[in-house]
Amino acid sequence: MTLYKKKKRPADMLLLGLVYFAGAFTALLLLGIIVYVAARGIGSIDWTFLSTVKSVAKGTYGILGYMVNTLYIIIITLVIATPIGIGAAVYLCEYAKPGKIVSFIEFATETLSGIPSIIFGLFGMAFFGVSCHLGFSILCGSLTLTIMILPIIIRTTQEAIKTVPESYRQGALGLGAEKWHIIRTIVIPSALPGIVTAVILAVGRIVGESAALLFTAGSSYILPKTLASVFPHILESGGTMTIGLYLEMSEGNNDNAFGIALILIILVLGINALTKLISGKLSKKQGSQE
Amino acid sequence: MSKSKNKVERIMSYIFFICGIVAIAAVFAITIYMIASGVPAISQIGLKEMLFSTEWAPTAADPKYGILYIILTSIVGTTLAIIIGVPIAVLTAVFLSEIAPKPLAKVVKPAVELLAGIPSVVYGLLGILIIKPIIYKIELLVFAGDTGHQMTGGANLISAVLVLAVMILPTVINVSQTSLQAVPKHLRSSSYALGATKIYTVFKVVIPSAKSGIITAIVMGVGRAIGEAMAITMVAGNSVNLPLPFNSVRFLTTGIVSEMSYSSGLHRQALFTIGLVLFVFIMLINVILNVTLKKAGDDE
Repeated sequence: MTLYKKKKRPADMLLLGLVYFAGAFTALLLLGIIVYVAARGIGSIDWTFLSTVKSVAKGTYGILGYMVNTLYIIIITLVIATPIGIGAAVYLCEYAKPGKIVSFIEFATETLSGIPSIIFGLFGMAFFGVSCHLGFSILCGSLTLTIMILPIIIRTTQEAIKTVPESYRQGALGLGAEKWHIIRTIVIPSALPGIVTAVILAVGRIVGESAALLFTAGSSYILPKTLASVFPHILESGGTMTIGLYLEMSEGNNDNAFGIALILIILVLGINALTKLISGKLSKKQGSQE
Repeated sequence: MSKSKNKVERIMSYIFFICGIVAIAAVFAITIYMIASGVPAISQIGLKEMLFSTEWAPTAADPKYGILYIILTSIVGTTLAIIIGVPIAVLTAVFLSEIAPKPLAKVVKPAVELLAGIPSVVYGLLGILIIKPIIYKIELLVFAGDTGHQMTGGANLISAVLVLAVMILPTVINVSQTSLQAVPKHLRSSSYALGATKIYTVFKVVIPSAKSGIITAIVMGVGRAIGEAMAITMVAGNSVNLPLPFNSVRFLTTGIVSEMSYSSGLHRQALFTIGLVLFVFIMLINVILNVTLKKAGDDE
């Protein structure tokens, strides 16, 4: 077969057309989604929507409760998951010798990142909810999400630690510093932008999560009433914005659902821009060092 | 060097080690809990009865717990979503890494990242309001005058498959693109030197060289599709039926979501068994991934 035959050309054009079509399809798909959600959602968002909770008596709808719960879950999950994730990454990069344990931990991390959120939901419900007697609570949901976002934090932090130049460590070692001291004063500060990226990625995952929270954190939208109940609220049921969206959607209140969807998409866009900004700064910094 | 400093070093190394094995402990705990909560229903109902009978009526006076149709729906639905989604995804990856002029790639690449970030409930909402009505119109056309067909109002297998096909795009695009970019330059140059056109080179040289990476991408897409719950709960129809295109169907995931809240006793245990079946599928996919990833690593 020769490539010079003119016969080949139409097929080439067809394939090229298909490739362009696929690229355009993906870009337009996103554009379509954003425009559609914005058009349908913008009308539902007003001050009542953002600053109150659903009230049957007044007949108004608001998502403040869901927003507060989302914030609770983000903070608690990060407080638990970030140190563990960073610790695991440090262990993998600085302490562990290549061998069975390392490949075992990496396999476990891979596996965790492949498990769908509904399985985390079932596990969280059976383990944290029933066995640990947490029931439907914000803490139960946060602990479940901790396991879910661990792979993101471990992997992103690991990547960041790997970029810390070996000469930094050797310099410190030469000055007589010990391992923990080097990690505390050199490795972690140098890897900080990467760690921040990891945390932001995790926030994105938490904000969008629904299936893992439905059976663990529940769906209540009640706000903590007094200052004293701010902390005990952790042990109460609390639905996030995605759960609120799901409930509104299943009741057919599409306008409210689109209002929440628009806010979620704006958050996702913001989080994405933020990661871009930080990783952009990071690569610039690295570029200037070389 | 003082002794107390040594002690801190030792303690910290233990702490880091413990952080390291949390992931392993979590995988163990999940496996044990999924098995422990999924097995009781099997032992009570019978493995054969459960996996190979088709009737699911857990709240009836004479409860039936056959999940064969639910399993088949997940397999068929995932397969169809892959068949629809993968060509678009791989071609988009080709577009991004081989064909697109830089400014265009700069627009499409972030679009892919954002698609991955959109929460699955939002996809579900769009499925209900955009895909469902369109499919309903088609259904009305196809089954006009057919009294044997029960109308689904657009909540059927096709709608769910379309939502899933969109949802696997980002995963498959990203992983395929990485593997396409890893194809060494000299392979392309050699092909050009032989007089091949750019597009011929892409399809006959670059894609075949990136094969194992693209297979990995597809397997990850399968994992994503089979595990997706919230996006398709509302568009699949949710009756237990044979997975035919215009049938209202129930997936492994949507079965759990829709019934968990009001289930109790054996019914709830049976739902955990459905979870266990899903977990087994996911673990199989993980093992396959591990093999293909190793293979991809060896190729490089």
